[in-house]
Amino acid sequence: MSEPSAAERPVLEVEGLVKHFPIHGGLLQRRTGEVRAVDGVSFSIARGETLGLVGESGCGKSTIGKTVLKLIEPTSGRIVLAGENISALKPGAMWAHRRRIQTIFQDPYSSMNPRLPAGTIVGEPLENFGLSRGRDTDERVAKLFERVGLRPDAMRKYAHEFSGGQRQRLGIAKALSVNPDVIVADEPVSALDVSVQAQVLNLLIDLQEEFRLAYLFISHDLAVMRHISHRIAVMYLGRIVEITTKRRLFSQPLHPYTEALLSAATAPDPKRRRQRKRIVEGDVPSPANPPPGCHFHTRCPYATAECKVTAPPLIEVAEGHHVACLRRPVGGDPGPLSIPG
Amino acid sequence: MTAPMAILADDFVLPPRRFSLATAIRRNPTITFGAVLLAALIIVGIFAPYIAYSDPFKIAPVNRLRPPSERWWFGTDQFGRDVFSRTVYGARVSLIVGLSVALFSSAVGLGLGLLCGYFRKVDSIVMRIMDGLMAIPSILLAIALITLTRPGLGIVIVAIVIPEVPRIVRVVRAVVLSIRNQPYIESAIAGGTKNTKLLLRHVLPNTLAPLIVQSTYVCASGMLIEASLSFLGAGVPPEVPSWGNIIAQGRTFFQIAPWTILIPGVFLAITVLAVNLLGDGLRDRLDPRLARRL
Repeated sequence: MSEPSAAERPVLEVEGLVKHFPIHGGLLQRRTGEVRAVDGVSFSIARGETLGLVGESGCGKSTIGKTVLKLIEPTSGRIVLAGENISALKPGAMWAHRRRIQTIFQDPYSSMNPRLPAGTIVGEPLENFGLSRGRDTDERVAKLFERVGLRPDAMRKYAHEFSGGQRQRLGIAKALSVNPDVIVADEPVSALDVSVQAQVLNLLIDLQEEFRLAYLFISHDLAVMRHISHRIAVMYLGRIVEITTKRRLFSQPLHPYTEALLSAATAPDPKRRRQRKRIVEGDVPSPANPPPGCHFHTRCPYATAECKVTAPPLIEVAEGHHVACLRRPVGGDPGPLSIPG
Repeated sequence: MTAPMAILADDFVLPPRRFSLATAIRRNPTITFGAVLLAALIIVGIFAPYIAYSDPFKIAPVNRLRPPSERWWFGTDQFGRDVFSRTVYGARVSLIVGLSVALFSSAVGLGLGLLCGYFRKVDSIVMRIMDGLMAIPSILLAIALITLTRPGLGIVIVAIVIPEVPRIVRVVRAVVLSIRNQPYIESAIAGGTKNTKLLLRHVLPNTLAPLIVQSTYVCASGMLIEASLSFLGAGVPPEVPSWGNIIAQGRTFFQIAPWTILIPGVFLAITVLAVNLLGDGLRDRLDPRLARRL
């Protein structure tokens, strides 16, 4: 994996992205509150780069993916795709930009229309954007099938006739068909067997190198992240708590939540299990009623009185390493934190 | 995209898909049985003037209430009219009513159902109107319409279609609501599919199977309602040989001449059965996950 060049302008920039889902309740279905699914998230992805988005279920990872794709409208914030702000575009105006940003879904079975043959599904974006027509589409789809490792005669088959890995290859072929700049991959391998996961991930990596694709790769699986990502953003309850390169994240996690996530992941070396520190206790608070201050303070062993009041900003503590933790000041000691009291 | 393209042979051609009628029939006995039965009835309806050996309107009091025999295959009624000829002509009325009710209510219901399910703003208004229509009993509506105009086949069809439309709308809308949350719809939107194509290509085909099942039900119930209306004297004019009319007129003499009501009754039952069998068979066949491949 080659490191992406930093000189070029990022192909996808997200600034202060917010998505609140209203909660309606009572007899008159009045708005009684909101779920703060995404609460001020910023990141950018360069061409040829993979940004991994990791976090527990319900932390807002998928919402970010869908908002960036404009499948749901952001509450506020800027989404700049290849230099153009798409955050406020109406569906009609958004259409022209859809070619640049494609997606691979978590469940490749339900993301394929059961009544259409695979070739038609994969060829649909090509025809939608007027890139090809009729027989020409068939040929291009056949080539895409070959490229993702499927036999072209599978074009006639339906979704239920493929295996999980093959379906995900179809999803990749569809996303790839219109030659996009960015692919949002929402848990693309979590529905697959581990052996198939590696094949699909390697295919994604090969395609990235070939077409300089930028991936926003959403997953809860740290092993998968380690395999594919260049940089990783850790999310907790709608906010990014730490964002840095893969190497730094795994070797020197600064945020207590990242530390906990890493220690909870299965260690490849059984001897290391004994040294495992701890797993965070308690549940994730409800995003409809997030705790004040640092969202993580309710479960953080290092939390001080200040953590309960002040929300920590995401600051760059070392080059390319941003952390949102009050106990990690700029130039602070990157060593272990002390438990207060 | 240069190097990987060479993997595919230049003369690559998709193999044609073969179709065999014999296999299709063997694998879908329900459809075949229903379709053959319905086709036979339609042929009877179309060629009624050639099949009926006598005039269904001709009154011959001398020959009244004759039991089935070589001369009068299904016997005669109290006016001496030939029940066989009347039954054969009656097939026309039932089939026309059943098919047009199914066709019109499906067409209107499908359109409204798609709009309601897909565009949520339309939904609340249209569905309240549908609820209102559903509350109208077909028979009362038909009686009201016929007192306002003159009795006829057209008005009977309209009277049956109006209360049937909401049934179709509800089914289609429910299916659309469940489909629009499917990931493949999002996937299609992300792939640049616009509203019209999304509705026609991804939503519509998935509503067809339940629509067909529902419209066969509507077709069958349309025939039954027409028969009931005619039986009550609120349907097609009494001299027209519809199965409902034949039964209504035979009712008085049913103890001495049971053939006048049993025979058209059996035909009505067979027709409704044929339509339902066809619908059930199509429902199974139209779902690619249930279907065994042809």
